[in-house]
Amino acid sequence: MEHIRTPKVENVRLLDRSKGQRKASVGTLYLSATHSMFIENHPETRKETWVLHSMVSSVERLPTTPTGSQLILRCKDFRIFQLLLQQEKDCLDLHTSLLRLSRPEKYSELYCLSFNPNINKEERQESWSFIDLMADYKRMGVPNNLWVASAANSEYRICETYPSELFIPKSASPTVILGSSKFRSRGRFPALSYFHQDTLAAVCRCSQPLSGFSGRCQEDEAMLQAVMKSNPGSVYIYVVDTRPKLNAMANRAAGKGYENEDHYTNIKLHFIGIENIHVMRNSQQKMIDVGEMRSPSMTDFLWGLENSGWLKHIKAIIDAGVFIARAVADEGVSVLVHCSDGWDRTAQACSVASVLLDPFYRTIKGMMVLIERDWVSFGHKFSHRYAHLDGDPKEVSPVIDQFLECVWQLSEQFPCAFEFNECFLIAIHTHVYSCHYGTFLGNCQKERKDMRMWKGLYNHTERSTPPCQSPADFLSAMREESLQLEEELTNHQERISVLTEKPITWEKVVVKRRTRHIQKRHCGPDPPTTDTIPITRPAQDHETFGPADQNAKVKNPALTLPLGQSILVKHLNADDISSDLESGVADLSSRSSSGGEEGKDPEMDKVAFTTA
Amino acid sequence: MEFSEHIKTANVEDVVLQQPLHPPSKGTLCITGHHLLFSDREEKSCRQVLLLLRNIDAVEKRTTESSGTIIIKCKDLRVLQLDIPGMEQCLNIAQSIETLSSLNCVAEMYPFFYRPSNASLQDHWGLSTPERHYTEMEELHERWRLSTVNQDYSVCPSYPPAVIVPKAINDDALKKVAKFRQGGRFPVLCYYHRKNGMVILRSGQPLTGANRKRCMEDELLLQTVIGDSGKGYIIDTRSAQQAQQARMMGGGFESKSFYSNWKRLHRHMERGKTLQESLIKLVDAYGDKSPNMDRWLSKLENSKWMSHVQTALSTAGLLAECVERDGHSVLVHGSEGTDATLLISTLAQLIMDPSCRSLEGFLRLLEREFVQAGHPFQQRCSHSAFSHARLQQECPMFLLLLDCVWQLWCQFPLALGFSEALLLRLATEAYASNYGTFLCNSEMERCALQVKDKTHCLFRALLNPRESEQYTNPLYEPNELAIWPSVHPQSLQLWRGYFLRWTQQTRHLELVQEEIRNMVIEWEKLPLS
Repeated sequence: MEHIRTPKVENVRLLDRSKGQRKASVGTLYLSATHSMFIENHPETRKETWVLHSMVSSVERLPTTPTGSQLILRCKDFRIFQLLLQQEKDCLDLHTSLLRLSRPEKYSELYCLSFNPNINKEERQESWSFIDLMADYKRMGVPNNLWVASAANSEYRICETYPSELFIPKSASPTVILGSSKFRSRGRFPALSYFHQDTLAAVCRCSQPLSGFSGRCQEDEAMLQAVMKSNPGSVYIYVVDTRPKLNAMANRAAGKGYENEDHYTNIKLHFIGIENIHVMRNSQQKMIDVGEMRSPSMTDFLWGLENSGWLKHIKAIIDAGVFIARAVADEGVSVLVHCSDGWDRTAQACSVASVLLDPFYRTIKGMMVLIERDWVSFGHKFSHRYAHLDGDPKEVSPVIDQFLECVWQLSEQFPCAFEFNECFLIAIHTHVYSCHYGTFLGNCQKERKDMRMWKGLYNHTERSTPPCQSPADFLSAMREESLQLEEELTNHQERISVLTEKPITWEKVVVKRRTRHIQKRHCGPDPPTTDTIPITRPAQDHETFGPADQNAKVKNPALTLPLGQSILVKHLNADDISSDLESGVADLSSRSSSGGEEGKDPEMDKVAFTTA
Repeated sequence: MEFSEHIKTANVEDVVLQQPLHPPSKGTLCITGHHLLFSDREEKSCRQVLLLLRNIDAVEKRTTESSGTIIIKCKDLRVLQLDIPGMEQCLNIAQSIETLSSLNCVAEMYPFFYRPSNASLQDHWGLSTPERHYTEMEELHERWRLSTVNQDYSVCPSYPPAVIVPKAINDDALKKVAKFRQGGRFPVLCYYHRKNGMVILRSGQPLTGANRKRCMEDELLLQTVIGDSGKGYIIDTRSAQQAQQARMMGGGFESKSFYSNWKRLHRHMERGKTLQESLIKLVDAYGDKSPNMDRWLSKLENSKWMSHVQTALSTAGLLAECVERDGHSVLVHGSEGTDATLLISTLAQLIMDPSCRSLEGFLRLLEREFVQAGHPFQQRCSHSAFSHARLQQECPMFLLLLDCVWQLWCQFPLALGFSEALLLRLATEAYASNYGTFLCNSEMERCALQVKDKTHCLFRALLNPRESEQYTNPLYEPNELAIWPSVHPQSLQLWRGYFLRWTQQTRHLELVQEEIRNMVIEWEKLPLS
């Protein structure tokens, strides 16, 4: 809230360039904590355009002209809005506000933590357990006498970025796993991604070995041997390095690299040549530039398309998927896939292969399961790649965009093979970026779990909660707490209505309310009422924002994809909660908003005064 | 001339045929005067391939001492391979195919011999005539008349015997105008826009020449067309520079000073050799089997085919915009007025006129605007992309039209009453056909060879209830509005159905169409509730 310099600008001209709109519509622009809203003045249509702050990828201010000041909003879903404001000051304010709002610094600022669809606690819980990865593993026939569930990483001790539940070859002993993980970049040792029941071949994934020029590791060699043995009758496995060979070789100088075929018996190394995230980022930018060209000729377009290299990269990823799928289904040979860290290109290659191999992943639910497994659980860095928070721009890259496009390309070639259509893929794409739901939050399972715990823990009164408390108790305590505060709030509000001349008291309520607001929505039950209008808004704005806000809530569930459920709730109930609480506290105290908020209070007061 | 002279070996046993989408099969090959016939000897799955020799674009042969291989490249872009035992037999066969497929005597072509059991030569030929078209268009009768000045094809050899012209211009004046227009193609009406009474005319270029000749009758004719509306457009399918250069060759354009109420718009459209070469490059690009994305894209770009599609659609859009949005009459011409002119007038009618978008309406439009209007099919479609023969008059203008129509079909899946299968069928039939519809270059030639008495009509056959089912669009919903195509490069696609026709991928797309058709049929069976 403190970042909104001007909540409302009138007589704004908006041009939605992505819709090919030629004439600007005139209307009023509102800025809320989560959305920019544009409502057309035209009395008949009153068309509303909503843009979630987290969907804004850049805000560009053009030099002021006599007609006014221009802002160009570019969104992560490639929409482009042109805004023309009459007052330069408004434009400046809007620019500054949007810049800040579109780059949240903390998870707590994200929309999913304040988004509150009309469902009760049970429904919410249920929705998070909608996708059950264990059920999917069971569907593909594991655990069996070849692959077993491993508790090795149950507390993320071996590999922080892996899920806690993993499947490994039955013959791999804990020593082998541990040794192998030490020899693999970031401890990402070979683990099962997909098991093909028909041929008993498997798709496994890991990260690059820390081999350098001559390093070797017996445990890792044993691990690969174990992968091979888990496919009865096969005499070798493919190791697919999805990087261009040159990149892989360059990595050797840094003590990493690829498997030396002399040291590993019975492996066949195969390079695919998918470029790294930086190349992909630039390629996408070039594609966007091609799309933004004003009236390009066919030649400009095709040349731009070729020059961007985008389709070449898409092809490389599909090639990787096809290679893996052929090996598994046609040759019956297991495949171990890796790139550098094994969370970008590896995720792409493995999931494309799964789509090719298994019709289940071509259904709506199957696609969700697949993304949940190969991307969410195996530590694809969603928050970094899709810039959920203000961070290193070099970490951003359209990795899952490319996977979704690969699926789209396949659905174009096999139109009758997929249960879902293009809209579904676009909806996933949007929500990967939007932070509308918690599914794609964070960079790995552990981080999500930590966040989760933090949200539960961060509370003045609950701080002393013993870590061993059972989750159920924990939730009910939370619920009581929030009800209590709810009452308190009502009291305060009543007092405010009497004592309006004292904005300071009011502001303090706001601060408290805000922190509670967050945890309540995520840990406790949904509040009964009164909460539809975030209280942080200046009182007089309630009329204007209220209805619009409710609209949003009516609309939003329609957009709801019960996508990739969660982890978040599931792990609250997990048995291994205690040890993680520590790390949770430690991890989050650094980002905890408590310090920040106190620091910001004076500024907030100022803003509150100016807007009130 | 007897065909048998060219057939040294009529039958060969144990030939292995390899064709796309099928496993190789062994059987008997037979050459007849018009066909190549292959039949495998499997009793269970008897497969026959009957190929019109006319459909063969190029033959390549490789021989060893004991056997030979013939690769047959067809005008419908299919490539077949025949492995023939015996070198001599192979050479004989190859020679027969080459000779017979390049015979150019129209009167001996297969349509004159084709006698299907379900049709009779006494059946009505064609869908409509200029006379009937005029009678049906009652709105026209006030200001326009049907002229039979070209009754004996003496005024304009490429026009049909009857054409629609302004009422105020008599036949003598028309004869003078014809002398002033290339190929005698004086301005005639090709489309009347019911909404605002504006029209599209087409003609050949005016023969102004280097010394700016004039023709009073021509100026008068055009002035009459404008009438009270005050203004008209001339869309010249050449660039301004090309039009200037044409004056040196005796051609030219309507100068502003003599046609003061007409505004000329130049849109450069490729034709002739350039277009043919573009097609050759495109076909070559997808024939390149190396799986390299950059190479494919640059070859696609280099072929310029998509640019031609874009130009054609946007010029047609411009024409439609002049008539529908600006409300003015338009005269279209290039130089001869038999290629690009017909292309854009056809597309513009498809854009504006809902009655052209049904299956029958579209076939009528093609009959009127391409066949009767004198597109020289014989010359333009004598070879396709594989031929090694020296380019003469070949030009895939009709194919370009079908591609543009397909783009419209993709952008407006509900607005057109016909299916992609129809476009594919037409694309094939234009190059090699059992029917007489696309024979000859003009109505005059067709009349001389008695095409209408001695062959069957393709359009009639397509509308035959048994055939027409697969050519209708199950999703068709007649739409009274104009359908404005998007001509952004992003909106245009490669016509996979045609150019990638003989690949597995297209099979999947055909399955989709099949599926949609079945769904619609199922849907219609449901009782309305």
